[in-house]
Amino acid sequence: MAARNTQNQKRSALADPARVPKVRVIEKKAKLKVQGDVFMAEDKNRNGTFSRRSLIGGAAALGSVGLSRAATGAEANPDNLPPNVSEWTPYLGAGVDANPYGMPSPYEEHVIRRNVEWLTASTESSVNFTPLHELEGFVTPNGLCFERHHGGVPEVIPTDYRLMINGLVDRELIFTLDELKRFPQTNRFYFLECAANGGMEWRGAQLNGCQFTFGMVHNVQYTGVLLKDLAREVGVKPDAKWILAEGGDSAGMNRSIPIEKIMDDCMIAWAMNGEALRPEQGYPARLVVPGWEGNMWVKWIRRLEFGDMPYMAREETSKYTDLMEDGNARMFTWVMDAKSVVTSPSPEKAILEKGVHQLKGLAWSGRGKITRVDVSLDGGRNWQTAELHGPVLDKCLTRFTLPFEWNGEELLVQSRAMDETGYVQPTIDALQAERGVNSIYHNNAIATWMVNKDGSVDNVRLG
Amino acid sequence: MSGLVKAWLAGGAMLALVASPALASERPFNLGKIATPEEVAGWDIDVRPDGLGAPVGMGNAIDGEEIYADRCAACHGDFGEAVDNWPVLVGGEGTLDSHDPVKTTGSYWPYASTMYDYIYRAMPFGEAQSLTYDETYQIVAFLLYMNDIIEDDFEVSHENIGTIEMPNRDGFFMPDPRPDAQPVASEPCMTNCDVPTNIIGRARDIDVTPEQES
Repeated sequence: MAARNTQNQKRSALADPARVPKVRVIEKKAKLKVQGDVFMAEDKNRNGTFSRRSLIGGAAALGSVGLSRAATGAEANPDNLPPNVSEWTPYLGAGVDANPYGMPSPYEEHVIRRNVEWLTASTESSVNFTPLHELEGFVTPNGLCFERHHGGVPEVIPTDYRLMINGLVDRELIFTLDELKRFPQTNRFYFLECAANGGMEWRGAQLNGCQFTFGMVHNVQYTGVLLKDLAREVGVKPDAKWILAEGGDSAGMNRSIPIEKIMDDCMIAWAMNGEALRPEQGYPARLVVPGWEGNMWVKWIRRLEFGDMPYMAREETSKYTDLMEDGNARMFTWVMDAKSVVTSPSPEKAILEKGVHQLKGLAWSGRGKITRVDVSLDGGRNWQTAELHGPVLDKCLTRFTLPFEWNGEELLVQSRAMDETGYVQPTIDALQAERGVNSIYHNNAIATWMVNKDGSVDNVRLG
Repeated sequence: MSGLVKAWLAGGAMLALVASPALASERPFNLGKIATPEEVAGWDIDVRPDGLGAPVGMGNAIDGEEIYADRCAACHGDFGEAVDNWPVLVGGEGTLDSHDPVKTTGSYWPYASTMYDYIYRAMPFGEAQSLTYDETYQIVAFLLYMNDIIEDDFEVSHENIGTIEMPNRDGFFMPDPRPDAQPVASEPCMTNCDVPTNIIGRARDIDVTPEQES
């Protein structure tokens, strides 16, 4: 009976709505530097390398950061192993009424979105990160899609939701959610990446995690109506060249989008991965702007205005513009260039044993399909082409793997994505040479994970 | 013309209108309702760089100082210098090409219209769209004055919000020059590539990564 009680206790813990993940963010007294809407820790790398001693100390202090018992498979209870009957076998498990909305196993409670407290002034205008290192395939589960809000998550009442379309149109119209769902629908998988993904890494390896350095991306299937169908309904005037998309949140998020993109593949979506949008992803409706920076995918969308010039909103002038070394800034840098990341091994996914392993990663491009991903284990000197796992879709995360054998040696792991336009994911040196280190956005450089001799993994910068 | 004929003509004209294939194709799904001018006016709050959309009103920096102190200073500081991690609003001229650029309304923002648009729609943080039009113009005027762009008695209004010249107006360029940073050779190097592989930095040593309690 003792075993059964244990199972019940686990179940009741899972059902408790007040249960919070056992994660504590430890405050760091880092010296911070304001960089637009991201804050950067003072760059220690700039003027040189670290001593041998600090390198050794760093590796030794690693321990098992980010590794749970479940993840490592360590310390198994022999009573549950063959030839014994496992403790969960003899007794009845939970009934079908125990979890009307299913949740992950309690042993997966470490697989959560996480934020970096020092990045922003408040959690309402902030970001958290998708745990890419814990995911398989190319679909991101809805509850793990990273969040970026500028005024918190509004609680929109669906019966009171309205989408207004006004400006240079024949008819200014207001749609209910049900009316939007009566238009012809489209179902498409797309990645969504924040333009600031990797923005903390411009000057050096700063955050020691796959989640924190690449996790501002997710990939889900959207269901919605194409904007070109809504445009036909309102009748767009010939002089309309731009659209202003505006959210109903406390930030009133607004962005200008050229009409060519609107008429190409943009959608108003009400569902993700088969269910209603999550509140933090724009419930009940959001804009989908395939391949373009996430800030333009306005959530809780309440209004679209057709006009003859861009609106120059705060998020396309003071933010989401890319400052170059000469003090001038690139404006309207919408497309997310090809990028890839090795999700395992990675700082959160140490190599635990010698022998054969599967290197895993994700690649994506806002310009089209991924055609090839190369992987290097020696810091970019030699490369092998990884296997792509289908479906390989347009403007979508693509899974890649490469088997490798580890015998306790140091590795410098990199991945390099290529897309159907011939674009090759650049090195950080090549990006810095073009753009300097202050542009914050659109860092799609190849990252380097160093596998240490003890199997732990570090985010490092080569030079 | 008799009333009967008039009614017949009007009816015929209306029928023709309804049956017109040109009009039918203009609204293929017949979904949604026509927005009234009042409905549009309540939601259409954006202000463009040419001043289009700016609501009737005005305000100067002298009046703006008080409302700024009351509604803005708790986060942005009495002089726009910012408290904690909140955005700095004043200063930063001449820093954009430095190692530590300071991007403020004065040093970076290209249009005064954006200040009105953003402050009215999103500020104060958590009290969106609570300022009056005049209060918004006053706060814009105060920030422009603090950044040495206007005098303290200059009345910012719907008539001139689209003409105020911002210092960094020409600091932006387009179109997007990407793709950039591409390899010289058409095929990327696969073997014995000449790349630096010395470790010059480790995130572990920077030590700003949140830790997870095991």
